[in-house]
Amino acid sequence: MAITVNGTKVDPPGDMRVSLLDFLRDDLHLTGTKIGCNQGACGACTVLIDGERVLSCLTLAAQADGREVTTIEGLAEGDALHAVQAAFVDHDGLQCGYCTPGQVCAATALLNELRTGSPSYVTGDLTAAAPLTAEEIRERLSGNLCRCGAHNGIVSAVLALAEART
Amino acid sequence: MSTLQNVLIGSVRTAVGWLPEGWLPGGRPDPLIGRHGAVGRQSALSDAPEKVTGAARFAADVAVDGLCHAALVHAPITRGRITRLDTTAAEAAPGVVAVVTHRNMPRVDSPALIGLSNPSAVGNSDLPILQDDRVHYNGQVVAAVVAETQAQADHAATLLDIGYEVTKAPTDFATAKASARTIPTLLYEPTQRAEGDAEADLSTSRYAVDAIYTTPWQTHNAIELHALTVIWEGDRLTVHDATQMIAPTATALAKMFGLKRENVRVLSPFVGGGFGGKGFWDHHVIAVAAARLAGRPLRLRLTREGVYRVVGGRSQTEQRVALGADAEGRFTALIHTGTSVMPPYSCSPEAFTLGTRAMYRSGSYLYSQRHADMAVVPNTFMRAPGEAVGTFAVESAVDELAHEMGIDPIELRLRNLPEVHPVTGVRFSQHALDQAYRDGAARFGWAERPATPGERRDGEWRIGMGCASGSFPYVRLPGASVRITLHRDGTAAVACSAQDMGMGTATVQTQHAADRLGLTPETVRFVSGDSDLPPAPAAGGSGQTASIAGAVMAASAKLVGELIRLAGNASPLAGLRAEDLHFDRAGLVAREDPARHESFAAILARANREEVSVTASGAVPMEMFRYAMHSTSAIFAEVRVSDVTGEVRVTRMLGSFDCGTILNPRTAASQFRGGMIMGLGLALTEETLYDERTGRIMNPSLADYHVPAHLDVPPIDVIWTGIPDPRTPLGARGIGEIGTTGVAAAIANAVFNATGKRVRDLPLTLDKVL
Amino acid sequence: MTVLRYSRAADLAEAVSAGQEARLLGGGTNLIDLMRKGVERPQHLLDVSRLPAGIDETEDGGLLIGGALSNAALAADPRIRAHYPMLSRAVLAGASAQIRNMATVAGNLMQRTRCPYFADVAGASCNRRVPGSGCDAQGGVSRYTAVLGTSKSCIAAHPSDMAVALVALDAVVCLEGPAGPRRLAITDFHLLPGDSPEKETALAPGEVISGVVLPPSSLAARSAYRKVRDRASYAFALVSVAAGLRLEAGRIAEARIALGGVGTVPWRAARAEALLIGAEPTPELFARAADAELAEAETQPATAFKPELARRTLRAVLTTLAEDAA
Repeated sequence: MAITVNGTKVDPPGDMRVSLLDFLRDDLHLTGTKIGCNQGACGACTVLIDGERVLSCLTLAAQADGREVTTIEGLAEGDALHAVQAAFVDHDGLQCGYCTPGQVCAATALLNELRTGSPSYVTGDLTAAAPLTAEEIRERLSGNLCRCGAHNGIVSAVLALAEART
Repeated sequence: MSTLQNVLIGSVRTAVGWLPEGWLPGGRPDPLIGRHGAVGRQSALSDAPEKVTGAARFAADVAVDGLCHAALVHAPITRGRITRLDTTAAEAAPGVVAVVTHRNMPRVDSPALIGLSNPSAVGNSDLPILQDDRVHYNGQVVAAVVAETQAQADHAATLLDIGYEVTKAPTDFATAKASARTIPTLLYEPTQRAEGDAEADLSTSRYAVDAIYTTPWQTHNAIELHALTVIWEGDRLTVHDATQMIAPTATALAKMFGLKRENVRVLSPFVGGGFGGKGFWDHHVIAVAAARLAGRPLRLRLTREGVYRVVGGRSQTEQRVALGADAEGRFTALIHTGTSVMPPYSCSPEAFTLGTRAMYRSGSYLYSQRHADMAVVPNTFMRAPGEAVGTFAVESAVDELAHEMGIDPIELRLRNLPEVHPVTGVRFSQHALDQAYRDGAARFGWAERPATPGERRDGEWRIGMGCASGSFPYVRLPGASVRITLHRDGTAAVACSAQDMGMGTATVQTQHAADRLGLTPETVRFVSGDSDLPPAPAAGGSGQTASIAGAVMAASAKLVGELIRLAGNASPLAGLRAEDLHFDRAGLVAREDPARHESFAAILARANREEVSVTASGAVPMEMFRYAMHSTSAIFAEVRVSDVTGEVRVTRMLGSFDCGTILNPRTAASQFRGGMIMGLGLALTEETLYDERTGRIMNPSLADYHVPAHLDVPPIDVIWTGIPDPRTPLGARGIGEIGTTGVAAAIANAVFNATGKRVRDLPLTLDKVL
Repeated sequence: MTVLRYSRAADLAEAVSAGQEARLLGGGTNLIDLMRKGVERPQHLLDVSRLPAGIDETEDGGLLIGGALSNAALAADPRIRAHYPMLSRAVLAGASAQIRNMATVAGNLMQRTRCPYFADVAGASCNRRVPGSGCDAQGGVSRYTAVLGTSKSCIAAHPSDMAVALVALDAVVCLEGPAGPRRLAITDFHLLPGDSPEKETALAPGEVISGVVLPPSSLAARSAYRKVRDRASYAFALVSVAAGLRLEAGRIAEARIALGGVGTVPWRAARAEALLIGAEPTPELFARAADAELAEAETQPATAFKPELARRTLRAVLTTLAEDAA
């Protein structure tokens, strides 16, 4: 068994009840992934598995066996910020910074979902491509709670990126 | 808080009133006011890159060798005694290092309760912490289990066998209210204030409204879970903490564990949100004690459920607001009274009538409030305590009165703005709420609001607009100190134990120090988050920026003297005294002759010094006593309300603020928006639900306690008057909490405008609109 | 959470053979949370989330959805979006994008109630969790409890959005068990609490949900799902309505309605449907149908609003569908 974390193969934990979140944080010291509820209710622990966003608190580390896990530490190449990270800085999409890694990971996946044409609950015509609106971004990011109130900045950061890509 | 404190504060206020203005801090306006420098410029959070890359290390992120992990056990009963306590199975579980109960917990005193008399007091409760077999409220911690891994600790915590004898406890508000008590003081004010016979005036008023408004329990719910990483080395204690009171926590832990203060270090460079909730609670004491018992570095991170059980929130309130007005809309009577919960072991009165006292003048008034004893986790301050819920009541009532009179609610407010503080009679330091309203109304398009409710619709959605005033007092906390160090390379460091929870404290103080010292922001470093640094007070009361700014002013004044001494006779500045000099161009300059200048680097080089360092505390905040100082706001909201379901969706909001100088438009706008979004949650969705039969919180989760999600949060426009307050450092007043005030009323008033339905009970859920 | 064994099923047969001893793990979005809360205490988890799963067309023109298909993949599938929009939207109404990526179709059908007393192992009595222990939800914090299909033992609401749409679509649950495969109408899959609320589904010991069949439907392509909740997103339903209408010559030829948030099981509104069929679509008719469906609702003080909310939402959804169909 092996999990690929940010491009590096690692052995899964021996204790099978360990969540991917605890494994990343406690065993691999990848503490950029945050724990906000451990209940699947806040999105702070969002990571990408094979490019799709998931909650690492409700994923057993063992379930990631054979998969590619990307955490906030693995988004950027080299020292430069990843485009999503840079946009969050430019648009003041953060305050305390605690929900931020989860928001950034979720936004990264969201941009891909928009590209593949996945609908959301607020998409009017499910058979057409979702329009690029703030409401679409807001619905698609609603799984990531923010308590400081950086919502406007986060949404404008993601919307700007999405518009730039179309 | 005591009657004595009332007397003391009252007499200081009287004495200060006699002093000439020049003797007071703020008597002569801060010379930086109105100067174009780094202050006032847009600047992103200085630590944003660390935060977006996950590199920022929060309290539970610190890597330590040999770390063990703790899990807490909470009482499932509300009041009683432990009658059976068997730890055998837990102790035998794999990986368990220690089980801590009242039997083996070191004897520690309870922390001193937060109060005006002792700035380093941190206690939200004075109940014993794991000292005996008694349970006072549901969820109280009764044991901690320490193990090698978090999974082992969590599992072993379920293996404790604890039996209880249950006794009766007050758990429902209606009953507790009947025996509520009145305490003499609400924070800094007498609880009761009255002028004339308000009840009688109300009954004879041309127009009158008289209603009860209720608001629910709320929990701060910072996304970061409270956590400590504790390291003992002999008698030295290091705590990586998630706290908004770094220095006071170090002082409290030193006292409780019998340590020298200099041997206790609390580090909290990043805090994942506070909002009043990241104070000092039982888990601090338990974690520090458990680490000592375990003989190992230890991490204790509350579970989300644990946050609800250990950390109290905003009390529920039941408020009466009655307003009488004459034919011209002048208030003849204003009554704001009511009840909130504060168990005898807690110290945070939900002071919902304080804001009202400064907001309106009235021919007569009556302010008073009572505190009900309930068996609950000690309630505490939560963003804009008092005003957040107090403005809901009074600003709803004003809207009701305006509707009854058939006049615009803004006009009614403007007619009743006070010229001086209506209760104390002292002057406002600066007050331009009228301008905030005019600017806000114009920008929001208030003129499009139909005066008659229920006139605008889009399909099944009714559309309405509402507005309300917000208010929050200025505070500059005593005891703030900073160290300024100038280096020979021309850079400076400003250091204190301040806490930055994302408000932009470091960013703004860097801008400030640059202007103060004649430097550029790039050459200034602000260091904070460490109790080894000169102590700053807790981040609370929206007072941190002004408090630290006052200390920077004091330290920079002291620095001038130190530089003169170092400069010596060979300096172009020789012979000049401190009052002849000011900071400019990375050095000191003669006021009368700008050509006489010497850089810090040159002074240090000649003196053969690598650096010069001074530490100073801010002046006593007498301006708070001399003037009525309040940040104010005009909040506007537009809502859509479904005719079918009663769902309320806020489509846009605008906050127009009068808070003095805005030091950094970007971080300030974020603060205002954040505060308003917490107000949005207060208005529409948030409620900590107690089962009143048992006193147990039944929604201790982010799935069941609804903080606003992205889809709930509309675009929020933020503007400000920017008029400097001549009595404060930099002309600035606090901005961290004002945003949360007024919002709930603005939304409820908008719902009324949309539907004609008046909801006086928060949260404003769809069932109340149906 | 106790120490546990984790293994991954190679195929459905292994899941069936191990199913008596192991708990099957799909996305884990509900099970892992309940294990952490101590509600569920399995010793062995058998991961079935990687069993092959797609959407295949059936011979009669319906669709067969694999049990291990993710909720996100289900909602995004062009055939579901075009021909069964109420199902796509119901899935998209549930949880968050992250959870929909993780959660499986079979796991969604198996998710357990979100009643706070069910989740509170340390502090509350719950017949569903511990049979015979009592129901603290009655008279307690009960805003999210059911008003239809309740019993003296239990008032917990079924939390799924997806299942509500499946019920309205007459879906069939495909089971694989020790005794071979069988098929079950989804309305027979979830059980009313009655005296034994702990028995939540008709699954026999060792049975595994292999898939769900959507029969061909002439009304599904113009169907709707509307969810009403306290928070605009990422919240469970107070009320939801899945509905589809087919009109012929100005009369309702076919009607499919199911309600969420109000029932102890995903609630098929059979009474309302019966009143609608053959009648002209009028506001009065829709009101009568809604009234009939909610007639036997039993409420708590905190759910007193739900029957009216359900009636209004149902009327509005039917009105929109009828307008679109006309």
